[in-house]
Amino acid sequence: MTDKFNIYVDNAATTAVYPEVFDSMKPYFTEWYGNPASIYTFAGTAKRAIEESRERIAGFLGADSNEIYFTGGGSESDNWAIKAAAEAMNHKGRHIITSRIEHHAVLHTCEYLETHGYEITYLDVNENGKVNPADLEAAIREDTVLISIMYANNEIGTIQDIKRIGAIARKHDILFHTDAVQAYGQIRIDVKELGIDLLSASGHKIHGPKGIGILYIRNGIKIGALIHGGVQERNRRAGTHNVPAIVGMAKATEIADQRLEQDAEYMTSLRQHLVDRVLKEIPYVRLNGDRVDRLPNNASFSIRFIEGESLLIMLDARGICASSGSACTSGSLDPSHVLLAIGLPHEIAHGSLRITISPETTIEDIDYIVGELKQIVKRLRDMSPIYEDYLHGQKYVC
Amino acid sequence: MYSEKVIDHFSNPRNVGEIENPSGVGTVGNAKCGDIMRIYLDIDNNEVIRNCKFKTFGCGAAIATSSMATELVIGKTVQEAMEVTNLAVMEALDGLPPVKVHCSLLAEEAIHAALWDYAQKNHLVIEGLEEPKKEILS
Repeated sequence: MTDKFNIYVDNAATTAVYPEVFDSMKPYFTEWYGNPASIYTFAGTAKRAIEESRERIAGFLGADSNEIYFTGGGSESDNWAIKAAAEAMNHKGRHIITSRIEHHAVLHTCEYLETHGYEITYLDVNENGKVNPADLEAAIREDTVLISIMYANNEIGTIQDIKRIGAIARKHDILFHTDAVQAYGQIRIDVKELGIDLLSASGHKIHGPKGIGILYIRNGIKIGALIHGGVQERNRRAGTHNVPAIVGMAKATEIADQRLEQDAEYMTSLRQHLVDRVLKEIPYVRLNGDRVDRLPNNASFSIRFIEGESLLIMLDARGICASSGSACTSGSLDPSHVLLAIGLPHEIAHGSLRITISPETTIEDIDYIVGELKQIVKRLRDMSPIYEDYLHGQKYVC
Repeated sequence: MYSEKVIDHFSNPRNVGEIENPSGVGTVGNAKCGDIMRIYLDIDNNEVIRNCKFKTFGCGAAIATSSMATELVIGKTVQEAMEVTNLAVMEALDGLPPVKVHCSLLAEEAIHAALWDYAQKNHLVIEGLEEPKKEILS
C-alpha cells in the first residue's frame, strides 16, 4: 500500500476494498435498500443488481449464471459443497479424497464428516506442495463420491494441476470440488474446460467486501441446501441477499477480469524481486512452494533459527503487516499443517514468513521490507540459542 | 494482546547474550514446540548472582519472559533466585495472555536448570531445587 507506515502485505488474509468497488456498493445501502424478494417495483432494482452480478461472475468463470449461488463467504461455500455433496451421494458411497494442505474450511468439514461415518483420504503433497494426480487416481475406490482439491494454496501459493484432476474425476464419474478462494481473480478459470463440478470463491480476497462468496454448482449436480429458511438462490441458500456485498463482489470481479494479465505480470515481477533479494541477502532462508506453478502475489519463506511470531511483531513495529505459519500465530502448539505437509521440520516451520502483495504494492515497499527484514532477522538470530549452537557446530566441523 | 511491559522487554530485551565460563548454564524447551531458552549465570563466592544472560528462540512472550527473568535474578542469592517463579515473572510483566503462560514456566525452568548446573559443578544442594527435565533439542 502507499502509506509508508502501513505497508500491507497480507493480501492472502484479506484485501483493501477498491474505491470503485465501494462506490458501486453504496447505493444499495441507502438508496436501493429494498428486499429483493419483495414484490413492489422499488425492490426490483436490487433484484436486477443481483442478477447482473451473477452474470458478471458467471462470465468470469465460464459458467452459466444459474450455476452461481451467493453465500456468506468462502468458508460457507466449502462447507456447503462438501457436506451437501457427501449427503447427496451417500447412496453411492461414503469416501472422500482431499489433500493435507487444504484450508481448514475443507479439512475441518472433512473431519466433521468422519464423525458421521464418512472415510476421508488425505493425499500427501510433494516438497513444493503439489498433489500428484497419479496418487489421486490410485486413491479412488468404488465408494469414492467426492474429490476436493484446492486450486491454489493460501500459505505457499502452489497451484495444483486442476485440469488433470478434473479429468480424473470425470473419468471415474466422481464429483470434483475446488476451493478457489485464493486463485479466483488471480488466475483465469474456466470451469467447463477444467471439469469442475463445484467451486468456492470469496469477495474479500479480490478487493471486494467481506461476508460474500459464491459456490459454483454445475448444472445437473443435485445437492441440497446448507442454510434452510427461504426461497433465495433457487431454494438452495436461504437468507435475505446481501445486496451491497453481491454488487461489490461483482465489481471486484469485473476489475479483476479487466486487469488480470497485467496485474499478474506486475505482481509476479515484484514478487520475484522480493524473492531474489531475500534469498541473496539473508542466509539460511528457503522459499516454500512451487517456483513456477505459483500465485503471482505469494512469497513464503522459512527463515531458520528464528520464530515467526517474534518476527511478525518486529515487522509490525516497523509498519509492515505480514503473516506466519508459526504455532504462536495459530493458537496451537503445532506450526502450520501446510508447512509440515511439505516436509519442513517443526523448528523450521515455526520460522515462516508469508508476504502476499497486491497490485498496489510498489517496489519501494518491497525494498523497505527487505531492508527491515535483514535487520530483524539478524537481531533475532543474535538472540537465538539454536543459531548459537549451529555456529558452534560449524566451528567444531572446521 | 501483550502488555506494554511485555512489548518493552520484547523490543528492548535486557541481558541478551552469553557469559564466558559461566557458573551455571541451563537450556530448556524444544524446537518442536517453538520455544528454547538458555540462561547463563555468573555467581560469586557468596552465592550471589552477579550477572545473568539469556538466549531465546521463541515468540514475543518467550523473549520478554526471558528478559524479565534475568532482571529479577541479578543481585539475588541462589536461594532467593528460587523464589523467581513463573508467577513472579508474569506479575512483573503485568500479565501474559493465557496461551502464553507456558512461556513464563519455561523461564522458571531455565533458571532452575542453570542453578542445577551450578549446584552440580560445585557439589551444592539448593533447597527446593529439582533436577531439570531432560531437554529435547531436535
